[in-house]
Amino acid sequence: MASKRFAKADRRRCVSCGACENECPREAIKVWRGCYAVVDENRCVGCGKCVKVCPAGCIELKQRDAGEGAK
Amino acid sequence: MKKKHWYDYLWIWTIVYFALGFFNILFAWLGLIDFLLPLIFAIFGGNKFFCNHLCGRSQLLTVLGKGCKLSLCRPTPKWMSSKWFRYGFLVFFLTMFGSMVYQTYLVFGGAGSLKEVVKLFWTVKVPWGWAYTVHTAPDWVAQFAFGFYSLMLTSALIGLIVMVPFKPRSWCGFCPMGSMTQLICKFKQRGKAAPEASESDEPNAA
Repeated sequence: MASKRFAKADRRRCVSCGACENECPREAIKVWRGCYAVVDENRCVGCGKCVKVCPAGCIELKQRDAGEGAK
Repeated sequence: MKKKHWYDYLWIWTIVYFALGFFNILFAWLGLIDFLLPLIFAIFGGNKFFCNHLCGRSQLLTVLGKGCKLSLCRPTPKWMSSKWFRYGFLVFFLTMFGSMVYQTYLVFGGAGSLKEVVKLFWTVKVPWGWAYTVHTAPDWVAQFAFGFYSLMLTSALIGLIVMVPFKPRSWCGFCPMGSMTQLICKFKQRGKAAPEASESDEPNAA
């Protein structure tokens, strides 16, 4: 069963430093080709560790839509 | 527990670099590795593998800020990673770099004399003569070393200063190398976008 929350990175504000990538215990967030961080929503458990380290403050936790948990 | 790689210890390199420059300024030239590698990764690999995994400075900020709890970890002000500040700082930084190269050129051409000082924050001159014995190397080589070490030390100090009240890696938000390599990567990927909810597209395979 998927977690209730997941991380979402704002691509426009991401500085692609990779702090989130190094912090994520699930390898769910990765910097995409040096441009911005992308979250694999299926792997993300919504722990919020990436949110805490992001120097650009561009990651936030979002609630999964009802029904999405069935994935 | 995540698997540790050899490059997770590169923060030691940052300390070694500044220590070496304290005793012999000519070691400052080694800092060019930190300048060129990110550009090579960005231009040829189209990634920020350097920022993401090899940057000793960001690792040191994490070690000190998070590991040693020297950072209050408050949210970094948004303007610090805003586009105008990032690119403004990049332009400023490159201008200062250019000015440093010009000083080196003047010494090379005989129009300037070697100044054995480290200039902090582009203003404060700190005598650094102990780290260099005159005529060990051509004057311009030493001049570049003093200038480059000034630049490296200044940016490291700015990083440490913003680390304390804000998140440990606040410096990364406006690091000129980071901004420059991201611009290169974005240019290379122009017109393309990462898939939503990416299924582990391996971007950082360097």
